[in-house]
Amino acid sequence: MAKSTSTKRKSVSYAKWGYIFIAPFFIAYFIFSLFPLISTFYNSFFENYRDGLTQVGPNFVGLDNYKAVLNSDFLKTLMNTLIIWFMGFIPQILLALLFALWFTDLRLRLKGTGFFKTVIYMPNIIMASSIAVLFFALFSDRGPINTILAHITNNKEYFEMQSTSIFRFFSSTGGVRGIAAFINFLMWYGNTTIILMAGIMGIDTSLYEASQIDGAKGTQTFRYVTLPLLKPILLYVLITAMIGGLQMFDIPQLLTAGSGAPNNTSKTVIMLLNEHLFSKNYGKGGAVSVILFFIAAILSFLVFLSLRDRKKSKGGD
Amino acid sequence: MRRMKRSLALLLALIMVCTMFAACGKKDGQQTSATKSSDKSKKTLRIYCWNDEFQKRFETYYVPNAGTMLDGIEIEWVSTPSKDNAYQNKLDEALAGQNKASEKLDLFLIEADYALKYVNDPNAALDVKTIGLTDADLSNQYQYTKDIATDGNGALKAVSWQATPGLFVYRRSMAKEVFGTDDPVEIQKLLSDWDKFDQAAVTINEKSGGKYTMLSGYDDAYRTFSNNVASKWVDDNKKIVIDPNIQKWVEQTKNYTDKGYNAKTSLWSTEWGAGQSKTGTVFGYFYSTWGIAFTMRDYSMEVKKDDGGKYEVGNGAFGDWAVCEGPQPYYWGGTWICAANGSDNTDLVADIMKKLTCDKDVMKSITKGEDDYTNNKAAVKELIAEGYTSAFLNGQDHLTLLSAAAEKIDMSKTCPYDQGLNESFQGAFKDYFDGTVDYNTALENFYTSALKKYPALSR
Repeated sequence: MAKSTSTKRKSVSYAKWGYIFIAPFFIAYFIFSLFPLISTFYNSFFENYRDGLTQVGPNFVGLDNYKAVLNSDFLKTLMNTLIIWFMGFIPQILLALLFALWFTDLRLRLKGTGFFKTVIYMPNIIMASSIAVLFFALFSDRGPINTILAHITNNKEYFEMQSTSIFRFFSSTGGVRGIAAFINFLMWYGNTTIILMAGIMGIDTSLYEASQIDGAKGTQTFRYVTLPLLKPILLYVLITAMIGGLQMFDIPQLLTAGSGAPNNTSKTVIMLLNEHLFSKNYGKGGAVSVILFFIAAILSFLVFLSLRDRKKSKGGD
Repeated sequence: MRRMKRSLALLLALIMVCTMFAACGKKDGQQTSATKSSDKSKKTLRIYCWNDEFQKRFETYYVPNAGTMLDGIEIEWVSTPSKDNAYQNKLDEALAGQNKASEKLDLFLIEADYALKYVNDPNAALDVKTIGLTDADLSNQYQYTKDIATDGNGALKAVSWQATPGLFVYRRSMAKEVFGTDDPVEIQKLLSDWDKFDQAAVTINEKSGGKYTMLSGYDDAYRTFSNNVASKWVDDNKKIVIDPNIQKWVEQTKNYTDKGYNAKTSLWSTEWGAGQSKTGTVFGYFYSTWGIAFTMRDYSMEVKKDDGGKYEVGNGAFGDWAVCEGPQPYYWGGTWICAANGSDNTDLVADIMKKLTCDKDVMKSITKGEDDYTNNKAAVKELIAEGYTSAFLNGQDHLTLLSAAAEKIDMSKTCPYDQGLNESFQGAFKDYFDGTVDYNTALENFYTSALKKYPALSR
């Protein structure tokens, strides 16, 4: 009798303490995430902005904000964001995969992997904004990169005339997008390498040994052992990178001084949101945020679904 | 033992909750008294500004003349960059919260581009005459600086220490090389209208083999065109109007860019500043008097001030400059001082206004120290009579030139939206000058950007 009550009490009190311990997270989540999320949805249906010092609204306008945002430059900024993200993500995932394979390859026996892991992770420690400002100075019209180019091409005009430049990076679409993508790549490939390495090391080594005994080459073990078993980690990397990419802001903002120059081809969705919120336009800002929320949700769901389905069909064979 | 631990935990939790509520209680208490203002706020002079120009003026010319006014007063500078209306947003926030705030905003600065927004708002700034400035104090100021700061009911809301007639600052050595003279009268003859100005740009380009450029970049001539418009940026129906004169700026700048008569810089950029240095290859800048102290003086020095350099002829390009009226009269900028509604230091603010915008002797010392053109006709007259010359302009008396130009300033075509629209227009057309987009796309981009900044406007 005494025994049973004591066990009963134990289980009940554990559960209670469990809830109490996770409560701070939920309280913080409701206050700082869920409530703003709902109020964003709510705000997106109202006309609500400042005209000088006078407040206009809030007046209920239904879906007008969504129509205005979609008819204006939202889709263009979305495309810009995806293009810049893609330009950075492809080299990022390829290089990260290569490094992860090398660092974990038992036969290569690389020396000093700890050192290299630290070095490739380093760009991620520096603030994105300071890297962006650094690149802005490096690639400016008469900055160091242009001077180096002038030396290489032996361009005398550049040294004689201050009005000339070899390549005006910040006046060309490819230049700005390329630099923004490169900074993203530089900052994140180290991080991706570490994650992929963790994934590869989680794969049972006996599988590699078995495939080697069966006479599989390096490429074959990669294709048939590493890649399929790495899929969940790749999925994780893809989704987090995509959501991070959709929120791209600081680098293009600083490279173009907020203008998204040239011709708004490097203006990302969050830069657009920033412009609306700068004029305290909560209605349109809300509409942009809500659309972005659904895009992120749908993209994540699609990626998740596609990778899961393939696995299922394979199991069925 | 376990029970003790438990009760201890409970006790700790209770203490924590208590302190939380205690903290809340304190805050509430503060808020109720906040409608007045705290003692600390009375001893703090809070100033909103967008760069350090006023701060330098204040420290050099007000602090030594303040007497006992600043005793026990702490000065708090809140500086926000003006780009993309950031300063205005910050200021709006502070003014909107002024009644509830315990720390009151006392003084803020406004610029010509949006002065009307704060002048016409009944709750932003105080009438300077209610805080102690008299008509006699203001009698020497230029009428236009008072007109723009006067609201519909005749209340003067802001005062300025400078008049900002625009002029064309050119490099003497280059003028000698290309035109054979650096005499401002002769150079003015060559630049007296836009056709001649364009011709001079061609001459400079040809004689230097393309090395020298007439202007630095896209935005340099903008003010000269935008101040001579026939209509305001925004009409009575809140519709954006693009004046034909602004279109002229687009045509001229495109032409200059394509032919290499400018160096493709953007205003305030590093490359733009480099054009004012000793090795710069830019012939001249459309600039106002404040520009000399604000950028030109320091950019032109070879030995920088931090390295012990002095403002003297021979240090880099210092002294290698002269001014003339240029092709069209215009003005650029101008900073006004406002006393914030709800300020708890109005006496001090009034004293600052008196000393920094009305006091003849202070105004004279500002011109002597900064080459600025002050908003005091008597001070300027006396300086001219004393034979004042500017070292930066290698002994030129630019005050005589400017006092004629200052009388012509007309700010009747300004509207509260000028800053944002000017920035959007210059930004959108940069792409057109660079050749990345055609004219119509640039125009479209301008409207998109402008309507985002000002949702109340229409196209």
